[in-house]
Amino acid sequence: MDVVDLFLTVGFWAATVRMATPLIFGTLGELICERAGVLNLGIEGIMTIGAMSAWMWVYQGGDLWTATLFAAMVGASFGLLHAGFSVYMGLSQHVTGIGITLLASSLSYFVFRIMLPGVTTPPKIEPFAPLPIPLLADIPVLGPALFIQSPLTYIALSLVGVVAYILYRTPVGLAVRMVGENPMAVEAQGIDVFAVRTGAVAVGSALMAVGGAFLTISVFDAFYFQMINGRGWICVALVIFASWRPGKALLGAFLFAAFDALQIRVQQASSSLIPYQFYLMMPYLLSIVALIVMSRRAAYPKALLVPFRRGER
Amino acid sequence: MRLEPREETPVWLSASAPLAAIVLALTLCSALIVWAGAPVIDAYLSLASGALGSRFALSETLTRATPLIFTGLAAAVAFRAKLWNIGGEGQLYAGAMAVTWLGTGALTMPPVLMIPFLFLIGAIAGGLLLLVPTALKIYLKVDEVVTTLLLNFVVLLFVNFMLFGPWKDPLAMGWPQAAPVIDEGVLPLLVEKTRLHAGFILALLAALLAWALMRFTRWGYEIRAVGLNPQAAEFAGVPMTATVVRTALISGGLAGAAGVCEVAGLKGYLTLDLSPGFGYTGIAVAMLAGLHPLGVIAAAIFIAGIYNGADSMSRAMDISNYLADVITATALLAVLASALFTRYRLRAG
Repeated sequence: MDVVDLFLTVGFWAATVRMATPLIFGTLGELICERAGVLNLGIEGIMTIGAMSAWMWVYQGGDLWTATLFAAMVGASFGLLHAGFSVYMGLSQHVTGIGITLLASSLSYFVFRIMLPGVTTPPKIEPFAPLPIPLLADIPVLGPALFIQSPLTYIALSLVGVVAYILYRTPVGLAVRMVGENPMAVEAQGIDVFAVRTGAVAVGSALMAVGGAFLTISVFDAFYFQMINGRGWICVALVIFASWRPGKALLGAFLFAAFDALQIRVQQASSSLIPYQFYLMMPYLLSIVALIVMSRRAAYPKALLVPFRRGER
Repeated sequence: MRLEPREETPVWLSASAPLAAIVLALTLCSALIVWAGAPVIDAYLSLASGALGSRFALSETLTRATPLIFTGLAAAVAFRAKLWNIGGEGQLYAGAMAVTWLGTGALTMPPVLMIPFLFLIGAIAGGLLLLVPTALKIYLKVDEVVTTLLLNFVVLLFVNFMLFGPWKDPLAMGWPQAAPVIDEGVLPLLVEKTRLHAGFILALLAALLAWALMRFTRWGYEIRAVGLNPQAAEFAGVPMTATVVRTALISGGLAGAAGVCEVAGLKGYLTLDLSPGFGYTGIAVAMLAGLHPLGVIAAAIFIAGIYNGADSMSRAMDISNYLADVITATALLAVLASALFTRYRLRAG
């Protein structure tokens, strides 16, 4: 198959949008945390436990929408735990995040094993069915690619606008951006810096968890160990790539997913030439390249990684 | 009530903080044991006897602690300089690959030379792997947390490629494993009929050396200065780039040595499951040790004991051995929180 033909196939574009979805959730979630001045390295674990808890909810008889909500709540509670350490106690955000990732992923595996002892092949659930949007789905190529997707994908796409609107057009968004740039000034306005940061980390973590849930209740129908497979870390890279802007985050997620969808197809077409492991390395190497390109002029939120302590300068 | 920074931390307090954190972690995790439907006391007793209950159990725990001491030291040294090396896992495999490259027949030397040589090339491989993200950090301001994390996946895929491709041992009955290390390169056993090998002694030596380096030498002083206050350090004339590069080489080298131990000491050959996350667990070890190189020894033995104990507990009582990972993560967070009590005190009013 010719590479040019590839870009014209509906399957390629549909796969791109599908693969971008968890990255959009994760990147937006991380972006909200970092805009408020908190690096959330719990993302990998929070996505894992989101994937596990949503799947388990459905497997126990719950429906898909409450499962999504449940995953979001589980994610938010790990966000609160993160904030307790990184915001209220002002401890190292790096180590807290790694700790949250270790805790959330090991708890996911432990709970899965306790609730389903002795299972060798992962049991399956009935995931979200693609929801065609009337009329729009009939547009050639673009229609089936963009408008016959999982409902969660539509939510992810609209969230980009919602997050951008809230961040740039509402007082809450202003407060979130300010605690990430100049918390002292926010304090001077009588706003509780701790509360704003905690809220941002909780909401961001909820989005990350939904990104994980998308994998188990929309793309696949089962929970596998190690299934997040570095997607969380890629989201952290994408936030820097996107210069902490939701619109660019969407672009980054799409570029990334398109590249991923492309490498899978090229891999299938030319498996004998280059071993598949090198294709699988591509997303990670691409993230590193993206970081190298963008880091020199990256405008980090000024108070990122800086704990705020009342009455201290 | 408010928190007030302490002028100085009493020794008894800094020493008891990790112990309190461990007790807290075990208490919290007992809820999971109850949920799993097992008696808590019996479960922990079974865990303890699996970790230390017999000569064999103890030897297994020390065997497992060996790579953890190395990866724990790797994290402790790097974190002191605020170089966030989360790539211990990848560096461990880099060390293991170096051993496989030159230690499986390409070169032959008497053991006195061969074993130090393997550690040297393993450490160089690990150090060089960390040098890439470090150079990116220094010259292009690329955040090293994300790059070291991402490189772990790249290295593991490369090992996967080598083991299914060029390095696949035709004598391994189809298993993806490399050829065994030649006899001259195998670390001798310390105790008959156990798996405890000389790597454990080397790990203890490495911890002593790292402690002496950090405590008594100019390099160690510079590493600590860069971590505490980079601006002040630079102003005082500490060579920033050289110090960070040195830290990276030492930290990556230590993690690479963990890989050498596992290949040349324990397994004998490179496999895909050489490390069940030793690189990541090393971070918990380092934090539990308060980033103190000698504390790393105790912390690594403790964590190794938890993992080995959980294995035997899971066989005896049907509780998933992922409990060990949960305990480790909880202990990491608890010890982090305990810093509040060592660095601050509660004051009324």
